[in-house]
Amino acid sequence: MRKGWKWFWTLVIGLPLIVFVIWGLWDNTRLFVVTFLNGMTLASLYFIVAAGFTLVFGLMRNVNLAHGSLYLLGGYVGYLVAHYTGWFVLALAAGFAVAALVGLLMQVSVFRFMPGEDLRQTLVTIALSIIIADLLLWWLGGTVHQADAPELLSGPLRDIPLIKAYSKYRLALLPIGIAIGVVLWLFLNRTRVGMMIRAGVDDRAMLSAAGVNVNVLFAVTFAIGAGLAGLGGVIGAVELSMAPGEDVRLLLASLIVVIIGGMGSVVGAALGASILGLAETYGLAYAPTYSVVFTFVILVLVLAFRPRGFLGRPA
Amino acid sequence: MSAANWRNAMNSGAGRAVMMNRGQAAVALPLPGVGGNRGLSLISLISGIGARHVVVLAFVLAYPWFATPFFTFQIGAQSLALGLIALSLTFLGGYGGMVSLAQITVAGIAGYGVAIFGAASAADASISLGWPWWVAVLISIVIATVGAAFIGWLSVRTEGIYTIMITLAVGVAFYYLCLQNYSVFNGFQGFQRVHAPTVLGINLRDPLPFYYLVLFWSLAGYFFVKYLLRAPFGIALQGIRDNPRRMNALGFNVTAHRIAAYAVAGVMAAVGGVLLVWYNGLIGPGSVGTSWIINILIIAVLGGMRHPIGAFLGAIVFVLLQTFAIDMFDRERFNLVIGMVFLIIVLFSPDGLLGWWAGLKSRFLTPRGGVR
Repeated sequence: MRKGWKWFWTLVIGLPLIVFVIWGLWDNTRLFVVTFLNGMTLASLYFIVAAGFTLVFGLMRNVNLAHGSLYLLGGYVGYLVAHYTGWFVLALAAGFAVAALVGLLMQVSVFRFMPGEDLRQTLVTIALSIIIADLLLWWLGGTVHQADAPELLSGPLRDIPLIKAYSKYRLALLPIGIAIGVVLWLFLNRTRVGMMIRAGVDDRAMLSAAGVNVNVLFAVTFAIGAGLAGLGGVIGAVELSMAPGEDVRLLLASLIVVIIGGMGSVVGAALGASILGLAETYGLAYAPTYSVVFTFVILVLVLAFRPRGFLGRPA
Repeated sequence: MSAANWRNAMNSGAGRAVMMNRGQAAVALPLPGVGGNRGLSLISLISGIGARHVVVLAFVLAYPWFATPFFTFQIGAQSLALGLIALSLTFLGGYGGMVSLAQITVAGIAGYGVAIFGAASAADASISLGWPWWVAVLISIVIATVGAAFIGWLSVRTEGIYTIMITLAVGVAFYYLCLQNYSVFNGFQGFQRVHAPTVLGINLRDPLPFYYLVLFWSLAGYFFVKYLLRAPFGIALQGIRDNPRRMNALGFNVTAHRIAAYAVAGVMAAVGGVLLVWYNGLIGPGSVGTSWIINILIIAVLGGMRHPIGAFLGAIVFVLLQTFAIDMFDRERFNLVIGMVFLIIVLFSPDGLLGWWAGLKSRFLTPRGGVR
């Protein structure tokens, strides 16, 4: 009976998807493939930002709603560094470092003093997000800042079969996203600190009892999580552009990615980011004024059938 | 005696779960009609009214007669309308343990409903259906309530901090839908000139009638919440907040209670939304955007989520800040001011102004060494 229902729902959701893919490929192959690439490159940006969000949540149960503001901060810093020095790699490092520093400050000066108070921590992050967003608006104004891609990656890559040309920078985002995912995976699974973080996700009290300084571990994790938001900001400053309001957009993306993928799971974040990125770009390409409805429907379906997300575990 | 009466009259499990954790709130008054002892409950109801209640009620009733129309409309009516929406969050968050950030979304659905089913400016005539105002208002409130129940159904599948994330995602998604959809929500512009109707020769747009209209619904909302919190449903809800597993074991349908709480809060938010759209005279994506999602939360937390009056208190402080504090600073920096106020409240007084007040009172009014 239960298995039958599973098949039923798989068909109900899967069949229209397959029909859509076949129709899309037959109707306009180039549009379909370009949209796929756009979706995956957007997904890799979402993954980088959401991985930090999910890492912090998984270990500390801290829903950092200032994550979008850290993304914006990293993006602006990266833009300024790239603008004045012209070194994109330096901009990436600066965006990561500044956001990580702010995240570290938040953890050391505020969240350390309210352990276990989920709701209060979340309210504090909301207050901080308002303050950071307004300070950034004060500092840099409301205009749109668009960073330039590094010379190596600027311009389109030509002579690709089917789609003719595609932006080099966006194409490069795919390996960058995968590389960051692999590094994060290696860090979590092969290093001592990563091992402690994973142990902390499973049982904080036990880890503390085993002699690990949990406060230092939390600070390190928060810095990495915030740094990933900043790094995503620098990448996003080129891919999308930076302006007030982008913080909300990326915060929404991070929320949906971790709700879909399962909170506290880096692999889940990759899965959620792919689903969200594809849904958003296909929605924009095929039904522009209702694209957010697709995102919403996916959210509803996941919550209806897997309330903890695809790879989430009960808390 | 009344407490025992009350406890027997309703599901005993619900009473006990509440009493263990917050007896002072639950046993304050026996429920009229439940204990079967009407005389007693009436007396205790009257004796429960203190001088402060009379003073506050007299003040809000007389307020427009000594305040300027600006204060009546901009400060008075706006605070009460925002307070009503925040009250729905206080009810959900303070008594149901579910902090929903989608309350302004529910209010926005009702507001958009009034604009879409009723009448808006001529430029939007292609979308607005132009139905009579009372039909439009009723349909809007019903749709918003159904929407609230749906949001509740989505978010009660998970617990605690997840609720905030899911309702925030829903709220922001609704904002983006309003922003990018032109065929129903008229995109970035939204709807202008959504005005309160003229009823029985009274133009509800005028400050005085509008103030009393909002006051009526705010008082109705306040007393409804006060009543509901002592009704079996409210007691069960508070029990669920404190220990859902135990309530489940006692035979209460936790999920159904939670969804019903969302629907009840949805009605209040919807009424508040209709009043707010009449106050503003317009509705657009900005009315349901992140800043307002957060503002409603700020209002509820500012006043204190432990008591229904906190929502209105927070709304008054918020509106006063919004109107006057920015004159002292830069007009553009309102978000900074409100963010700082919110941060200070959350860091130093998690129960808001009411909690701060209670702390002050117990510090100065109790003798040294007394119980704080």
